[in-house]
Amino acid sequence: MLLLLTLPLAAALICLLAPLSVARTVTALSGAASFAFVLVLVPAVARHDINFLRVLRVDALSVVFMLATGFLYAAVAVYSIGYLSGEGPGHAPGKRTRRLWAGLNLFAWAMLAAPMTSNLALMWVAIEVTTVVSALLVAVEDTDGAAEAAWKYVLLASAGLGLALLATIFAYYAGAQVLGQSYDLGFTQLLAVAGRLPHAAVELTFVLAVLGFGTKMGLVPVHTWLPDAHSEAPTPVSALLSGSLLAVSFYAILRFYQVTEAAVGPAFPRNVLLVFGVASLLLSAMYLFGQRDVKRLLAYSSVEHMGILAIGVSFGAPAALAGVLLHVLAHAAAKGNAFMGAGVLVRKLGTKQISAIRGGLDLLPWSGPLFLVAVFALGAMPPFGLFRSEFEIVAGGLGSGSYVPAAILIIAVTAAFFGLAGSVTRMLMLPLPRPQTPVPDRTPVAAGARIESGAAQRETAIATSTTAPALARGEPSAWMVVPVVAGAVALLWLGVHPPAVLDQLFARAVGLLSGGAS
Amino acid sequence: MSGVVAATVAAPSALAGGANVIAVGVLLAEFGMFRQALLRDQVRLYAAQSALISALAIVVAATRHLPDLYALAALSFALKTVIVPVVLRRMLRGIGAIGSDPRWGDIAGSHALSVASAVLIAIAVAAFGFFTVAALGLTSPVLPATALSISVAVILVAFVLMIVRRDVISQAIGFLSLENGVSLTALVVAAGLPLILEIAFLFDLLVAAVVFGLLIRVHHGRAESMSTADLTNLRG
Repeated sequence: MLLLLTLPLAAALICLLAPLSVARTVTALSGAASFAFVLVLVPAVARHDINFLRVLRVDALSVVFMLATGFLYAAVAVYSIGYLSGEGPGHAPGKRTRRLWAGLNLFAWAMLAAPMTSNLALMWVAIEVTTVVSALLVAVEDTDGAAEAAWKYVLLASAGLGLALLATIFAYYAGAQVLGQSYDLGFTQLLAVAGRLPHAAVELTFVLAVLGFGTKMGLVPVHTWLPDAHSEAPTPVSALLSGSLLAVSFYAILRFYQVTEAAVGPAFPRNVLLVFGVASLLLSAMYLFGQRDVKRLLAYSSVEHMGILAIGVSFGAPAALAGVLLHVLAHAAAKGNAFMGAGVLVRKLGTKQISAIRGGLDLLPWSGPLFLVAVFALGAMPPFGLFRSEFEIVAGGLGSGSYVPAAILIIAVTAAFFGLAGSVTRMLMLPLPRPQTPVPDRTPVAAGARIESGAAQRETAIATSTTAPALARGEPSAWMVVPVVAGAVALLWLGVHPPAVLDQLFARAVGLLSGGAS
Repeated sequence: MSGVVAATVAAPSALAGGANVIAVGVLLAEFGMFRQALLRDQVRLYAAQSALISALAIVVAATRHLPDLYALAALSFALKTVIVPVVLRRMLRGIGAIGSDPRWGDIAGSHALSVASAVLIAIAVAAFGFFTVAALGLTSPVLPATALSISVAVILVAFVLMIVRRDVISQAIGFLSLENGVSLTALVVAAGLPLILEIAFLFDLLVAAVVFGLLIRVHHGRAESMSTADLTNLRG
């Protein structure tokens, strides 16, 4: 466990000092090792909680989120090798690439640390660290859009976390009424005395926590930074942001949920989450139609899935809660895959505009189909993990009598699937508007004009200049395919037959989440 | 209010008055940020506000015999009144050629609303926060509940500040002063918070300030101004 805390940190340091080739090996190794350590923790935690050094504590709930982060960290580390080496000559490699490597490690470290602490204050600190590190990573692409997205992100997320800090302070206040003026603010301490905490303070705490951490998690109406940051960040960072950072923020909300549920009963926190969840789901499902930027499309899909998570918790039934936890894992794998697949498409065609990306299946023998698989998985098609998890959530909702939210969930998810699948199939299936057999001597101007007949001239120029020479069928880099294959296998595994140890883990975590229900 | 029910020591009135005066000072500093026209003054005002909070921490430490708070006051003074403003100025040196002093950017014209309307809105919001928190009936053995209400008003006004001023400096200072408001809240309701956690918070604030500075530089490098008015390309 201690290794897990020090390894990515050490890797970050090495990346700052060592040559780039060393940096990328170290990052990949550190990612793989971190994931392996988390895997080792799983069977142990499925039996009993692990306490360490007073402030460190891993239980079934936290290990679920560490699994998601560990998996994505490993996948993204490998993917980045291809992503960063294949850049065109126009980029100045040295400093910027080095920062990206170091930042990736630091970012992963903070996201692994947040679920490992039992202390609400330290958890807040870890999450704020993820904000500032990832804001710098968003800004690493030296463009106007990246600068704008990074500024919006850091300001909104920090302001949100300011509210979350207020929530932490009030949680301390609530605990101090029972535990006395000096205690550690560990959530186990709070849980132990939850029945005697003052209700008004706990309710205030929970609302502030949902609003504050919800800003980072991307709940509507405080999600506005999310599509900007996801679309402007480098692809490996987008994958980590979406699959892992949002989940870690959700984890923070779950911890407050645990305390609140034990203190004031389940109705209040569930209603709060239901309102935010339904708003997120409905709004993002609408935004999925008519998106023009492929990475924004995926970003809104993240908002949608965060809404599903919030609704799942609000159902409160054990089946729904187990579904939520599975959903966290499967969403990490699927969204990571989708971003990585989209990254390959963007690299190949040189544009993020959906209208300019065509013929993905023809051009990319591996990434094209894998991207399609990832998107179908995101749309909760069987046999993938997200189908199983959403099925469990809906079944749990119907079982606990929440018919209206369950119906809204099904309708919105279906709508979102059509929005997502519509754009993606157009990008992958429609041929590039030029002869099917690769005839490279077509004049690029004519081809470009046909791609973008109605769109702005500038876009046309971008699309043309980059697509024209690179139309040969083939992958930009094998490094960018391997992690996606791993993600697809994981999705299939989670969907068809999740391992038994995972069931035990979920059972324990569900016990934690509904333990204090009176 | 219902605070008298608690079996704890009732706050002596001199202390209560003093604490409230300091808290009001913090709120006034927050209002002052609405009209500062120079980057330098905005940072100075933040430093002054932070100094007020350190002073309040010393008052609480002395009257409530909480020796930890002396250390906290010293640390927070060092960090928020000295280091963070110095770091911010260092990072922003050489930015902005307009204004009275060429080293400091002029952020006078960055209001989305006129100063008067902005202040009116802030007053309304502050009053809302003040009375809402009072209605919750949260009491503290350390400081009067009024200080808590004022601290929440500070937080809300910081949000208004970030919304109505369209330059990156005021928005960054808005966030930092939001954190000041939270510190004020923490002094009232969580004075016993372990020192190590407070240090973690402060360290985190320093990191955040550095990152804000870096991003301001990035923004200025691209936009050639402090204004956020042109940050509207990403939408939908």
